[in-house]
Amino acid sequence: MNLNRRKLLGGTAVALGAAAMPSVSFAAAGSGSKRLIFVLQRGAADGLGIVAPVGDPDYARLRGALAENYADTERVGGLFALHPSLEKSARMFANGEMMAVHAVASQYRDRSHFDGQNVLESGGTRPYERKDGWLNRLVGLIPETDASGIAIAQTIPLALQGPNKSGSYAPSRLPDAADGYMKRIGDLYMADPRLHMLWEESIATRELAEGMDGRSNMRRAADVGALTARILSADEGARIAMIETTGWDTHFGQRQRLRRELTSLDTLIASIKDGLGPLWKETMVIVATEFGRTAAINGTNGTDHGTASATLLYGGSLGGGKVLGDWPGLRQSDLYEGRDLKPTGALEDVIASSVARHFALDGDLTKRTLYPA
Amino acid sequence: MTKSNWSIAVRRFGYGGKPTETYAGAPKSWLIAQIDNYDPLPQALRSLPGSDKITRQFGEFRRLGNDDQGLKRNARRALRGHVRSAVGARIVSAINTRDQFAERLVHFWANHFAVSTEKRGAGPLAGSFELEAIRPNIFGKFANMLAAVETHPAMLLYLDQAQSIGPNSRRGLRAAERGRRRAGLNENLAREILELHTLGVRSGYTQQDVTEFAKALTGHTVPAARRNRRNQRSRGSDLAYAFVEALHEPGAKTVLGKTYRASGAQEVAYILDDLAAHPATAKHIATKLARHFTSDTPPPALVTRLETDFLVSGGDLRSLTLALINSPEVWVEERDKFLTPWEWSIASARAIQPDQIDPMQIRRLMINLGQDLWKPGSPAGFEDKASRWAVPESLHRRVEAAQTLGRRGARHDARSLGPELYSGIWSKSSALAVARAESPAQAMALLLASPEAMWR
Repeated sequence: MNLNRRKLLGGTAVALGAAAMPSVSFAAAGSGSKRLIFVLQRGAADGLGIVAPVGDPDYARLRGALAENYADTERVGGLFALHPSLEKSARMFANGEMMAVHAVASQYRDRSHFDGQNVLESGGTRPYERKDGWLNRLVGLIPETDASGIAIAQTIPLALQGPNKSGSYAPSRLPDAADGYMKRIGDLYMADPRLHMLWEESIATRELAEGMDGRSNMRRAADVGALTARILSADEGARIAMIETTGWDTHFGQRQRLRRELTSLDTLIASIKDGLGPLWKETMVIVATEFGRTAAINGTNGTDHGTASATLLYGGSLGGGKVLGDWPGLRQSDLYEGRDLKPTGALEDVIASSVARHFALDGDLTKRTLYPA
Repeated sequence: MTKSNWSIAVRRFGYGGKPTETYAGAPKSWLIAQIDNYDPLPQALRSLPGSDKITRQFGEFRRLGNDDQGLKRNARRALRGHVRSAVGARIVSAINTRDQFAERLVHFWANHFAVSTEKRGAGPLAGSFELEAIRPNIFGKFANMLAAVETHPAMLLYLDQAQSIGPNSRRGLRAAERGRRRAGLNENLAREILELHTLGVRSGYTQQDVTEFAKALTGHTVPAARRNRRNQRSRGSDLAYAFVEALHEPGAKTVLGKTYRASGAQEVAYILDDLAAHPATAKHIATKLARHFTSDTPPPALVTRLETDFLVSGGDLRSLTLALINSPEVWVEERDKFLTPWEWSIASARAIQPDQIDPMQIRRLMINLGQDLWKPGSPAGFEDKASRWAVPESLHRRVEAAQTLGRRGARHDARSLGPELYSGIWSKSSALAVARAESPAQAMALLLASPEAMWR
């Protein structure tokens, strides 16, 4: 069967870039009331599991047991199915408040979390090339003179670090100092594949042992979402927020773990939307990860570090309800280095063009500022 | 010599640097100097009691009747005290020493000839065993170490040799007359000498070899620990070790195809000498030594070189050690050995260099991490492979322990300590994590838990 991948996307496939972005009609000419939330999925989220290409003839073969999750889910964009845990997101998708861009990756092509996140957050072309982040540079582009960015975290992540005004806020109910240490250890071990695997497994085992079926995760996600909405609702205050999520590094037991993390993500977005009320119309959320995961399931019911993934966009005026991207296919010869979903679009382009549209900024200037290359 | 060679010398061959220690010159000369200036009895261990005294105490304890509960309790406490003080002294010595390589070799050989504190009688002797049978011999002949080990009361008690009686010995025949079925041959020590201490498992010996060897071993015993109240007045009954002819199985024994006709204690001495010189022993020892200092699957060329040295030098451990440190395979940058809980705890204590060392605190830490000194769970000793120690839960506990230790070491600046302790190998990502820490204590914790601190 000779499948035309562009056709599989239902005719929506176009080259990525400003032109490819959803046409969003902005109510106001000024961007003063616009809000942006960047949700970083640390740990390489599995785009092939989140926006599953169930219509691709190779998917079931590659994914084995992991492909069974989508039996009862509705198709979106012809080829795809949203992960069943993205219940509220699916409703937003149907209402045009959500969309996905598939087979995208940053410029980074190796498979180290540490380096990949550094490239994604800094907006540089190589790890450790830049000391400031694209989200911080975006703060400088927003016309409002007192615009600022805020991280819902104990410390300011790299994406928000830089000369423009930014801060961080974490109420005491968020992970305490000990968790901060544990998180730092997780980051530290990203540089050591052997320790990284052990660490991920120990964290997952502990969570299981402590009976974390996801409920406390969900509660926390709802809290973070509500808090973010409150912070962004203030007349004078941050216009850009960043939320870091973890637990995406699903080397094993991916079914349970992805279900838990996506339920949290779904809850997080829904509580942001609820909390923002009418401001949701002025808000865009970008959900992105440093790279994707292998096309095939591995020996421990998980997937390993890969390349392209899917990026999710949400917003009250998004004009979504589609899956964009140039679908590369999943035949052996289609895979990047014979193992990963091949990147056909640049994550940098997706981010730059969508925020330029959202804030009504010049596209070229935005791209140059966020990703100076 | 590159900077990382010092890291290899100090971490692969030693227990890691200290904030106040500096290393200069050639790393290999530093190692060789430790062989040349070796002190078999470091200061920290001089006050420990010897096996004679401990064995007599154990014997007295065993002879106490059930009506002496108070005395029994005190005696038990005293025996446990010997374990505690020996464990403490070993920890303090490992933390304080500058001769880290020599210490590591002592610990390597002690684990090769493992005894266990879990065994009644043997436990309190574990410290004296290392002091008397291992330490004096690490740069001598393997055969000497072997002979010292197999006749030490700790080993004789641990592997049940002390109770073994030749069926046709004077004592054996008398026991048979009286219908005492329990008195007889015990093969435990004979088997473990062949399987663990010398030839290695599946190296070709048979059950017949084990039995014959066990017969030859009869008579080597621990008189002071023997229960019999009647024989305590007889000559030599308070000795920690003796060859007792009355227990010895008479007649020639054939082990590995060779027939031994020597009388008395000499018989086992000949067998042990032959085992020490056996090619299978050379291979077994070479493999274990190479594995300890390189990786779980040691380079075959290194194993062959050590094996050859062992055979050519007649099991000279000084020569073997020099062959090891002169091998290019041990100086490669790859770090494949995951530190055992013992190693990591000692290295961490050295890195934070507390004003006062509470060895029992370090011991509790090791127990929490899954390795209690001299309690390997089997005569094979502690497993010397990453697969045994690099497991999720144990890593998690180590990371938690690093947090506690980090607070104790918070007076150090981890940012400058990192490149000092791990000179030439301190990675950018670890430096970054340490630099970004929110407190000096957290920075120190991250340093102690860093990949550089986990592998050697």
